[in-house]
Amino acid sequence: MSELPNLIPALPEIFLALAGMALLMLGVFRKRDATRQVGHLALAAFAAAAVLALTFGGPRQVTFNGLFITDAFAVFAKLMVFGASAATLILALKWMEQENAARFEFPVLVVFAVLGMCAMISANDFLSLYMGLETQSLALYLIAAYQRDATRSTEAGLKYFVLGALASGLFLYGASLIYGFTGTTNFDSLAQGFEGAETVSPGVVVGLVFIICALAFKVSAVPFHMWTPDVYEGAPTPVTAFFSVAPKVAALALFLRVMSAPFGDLLAQWQQVIVAISVASMMLGGFAAIVQTNIKRLMAYSSIGHVGYALVGLAVGSAEGIGGVLVYMTIYLFMNVGTFAVILSMRANGRLVEGINDLSGLSKNRPVMAAALAVMMFSMAGIPPFAGFFGKFFIFKAAVDAGLIPLAVVGVLTSVVAAFYYLRIVKIIYFDEAGDQFEPMTAQARLVLGIASVFVAVFFLFPLPQIVLAADTAAKALFGG
Amino acid sequence: MTAFVFYLFAALAIASGAMVVTARNPVHSVLFLILTFFNVAGLFILLGAEFVAMIMVIVYVGAVAVLFLFVVMMLDIHAVTLREGFTKILPVGAVVALVLFVELALVFGTWLMAPDLDAVRGAPTPAVGELSNTQAIGAVLYTDYVYLFQLAGIVLLVGMIGSIMLTLRARVGVKRQNPRTQANRPLEDCIEVKKVATGKGV
Repeated sequence: MSELPNLIPALPEIFLALAGMALLMLGVFRKRDATRQVGHLALAAFAAAAVLALTFGGPRQVTFNGLFITDAFAVFAKLMVFGASAATLILALKWMEQENAARFEFPVLVVFAVLGMCAMISANDFLSLYMGLETQSLALYLIAAYQRDATRSTEAGLKYFVLGALASGLFLYGASLIYGFTGTTNFDSLAQGFEGAETVSPGVVVGLVFIICALAFKVSAVPFHMWTPDVYEGAPTPVTAFFSVAPKVAALALFLRVMSAPFGDLLAQWQQVIVAISVASMMLGGFAAIVQTNIKRLMAYSSIGHVGYALVGLAVGSAEGIGGVLVYMTIYLFMNVGTFAVILSMRANGRLVEGINDLSGLSKNRPVMAAALAVMMFSMAGIPPFAGFFGKFFIFKAAVDAGLIPLAVVGVLTSVVAAFYYLRIVKIIYFDEAGDQFEPMTAQARLVLGIASVFVAVFFLFPLPQIVLAADTAAKALFGG
Repeated sequence: MTAFVFYLFAALAIASGAMVVTARNPVHSVLFLILTFFNVAGLFILLGAEFVAMIMVIVYVGAVAVLFLFVVMMLDIHAVTLREGFTKILPVGAVVALVLFVELALVFGTWLMAPDLDAVRGAPTPAVGELSNTQAIGAVLYTDYVYLFQLAGIVLLVGMIGSIMLTLRARVGVKRQNPRTQANRPLEDCIEVKKVATGKGV
């Protein structure tokens, strides 16, 4: 007889799994449409899981035979995921009611996707990493294809599925190479084995490169970004909003943990790869976005660029860099949620619009919405005193401190390029001829946009020190501090 | 003898694997795939991994390949039109494959188990004589790896929800069987007793 594993560290995951199944039952057995109830209960489940993560997650604990880990880093990343998912789910529920596309499976799948993300964040072994990744991805493919009667939605789902399966294949191949050359898949054992290692067998390096490729696909970094614009454009807009925040944060957290925990001592082997991916992402995110006319596509390229900046912090390979990435992702999350609250409200003459030119003259028709969107765009461009500036500041500071000055220079230059298209949107909003008036924003969208824009606008006054401190603690947890 | 059986299975597996991609008829491809699975199962038995071998036959041949066969038969696939661009991309593909092969050969040629890692190896399987495969897997699957087992269950659940969500359509006007009304139907509604005069018919 073996004893029961310690379940306390995994309480948020266990709770989410049970909640997901209970919500599924509720949705199936209710006679009339239960989307609204299921959605609200899913929001409550995220809140409860966040409380559980905060209460039981704190110090580093490993359980389930070393497969599962929780520490300050995991708690920080999970809170980001819960917040992002809850915000986008609030927007999505209202939007689906308006579009008459409400189905109770949507919130249920979001709950399971979040469960997968938590499993990814808390993975301490390649096996648990893979299972978490698949749980998440499968749920994401489904919600991308959720509007099954819209060709673009099903196309987005199919494309995402095929390329995602390819990435999973790459990951498995890399993990099997590493297992073959080291004899273990556990992160702690790998870290122990590589500690102070003089030579690394080429098999490990090849496996590591495969894993980097797969993870770069999941965070949509260049050159594994091809699916992003199509999926972002094709998927229903609330799904795009969800895709652009929660899975991105989770995959990036996973990326940080895999690179820092087991392979931290192999920095010299993987740093150049991350630098290359990061530079390519920043460049493509800057230049390719200029020619876009669809705002969802624009946001896709913008997110590719942002991932490039975040990877600068990873390339540094120190607690300072990781802390910078966490601050950056927190800010990114608020900016993106706020921007998508506006995009979801782009509804003129009873019809949804997605063109950037449809925003023209928004300041005359909807001044508050226009001001909030302008704040978001200034922040994304990295103009002080808005939050986006501080995100970039911490990342570039870490890069300069670590002697990666060329990387920081490329980052600054590409953010100038990116500033062009962000500011172009501001120009369209404020100085172009007024177009069709948008319908008023829903209360939900107003709430989300309000919180996000206040956060972005006064970031330097109030939450900056707290968030930096929390991110710092979280980053140190990865380095055994 | 073992060597002979190994080469037999290996050669057949490779040959039928090649046939899978070159066969003109997609149904033949699937049948060759089944042959490949059988040969690979044979190789697993030679390795002493009888559990994996049986899983190979039951799951891959019994379920996956049959599913493929259904898909291939239901979809109207023209293998010839699919292969139109084949000769055009063949040189590029061949170069990529060659590069990858050389890289892998270099990697495996310098096989070097990191010596520092001897202390941290993952759970080694017990010797074949001590415990059968199935017992060895059973001993860890629900204990050491219970977390993964449960997550796998969640993945399957999500797959199930998804396939229903994407395909099930609630249609109106469908006549459904209702056992309760059937059973509760009063006798008078179902049977009518008629007097039939002899020799007249109904």
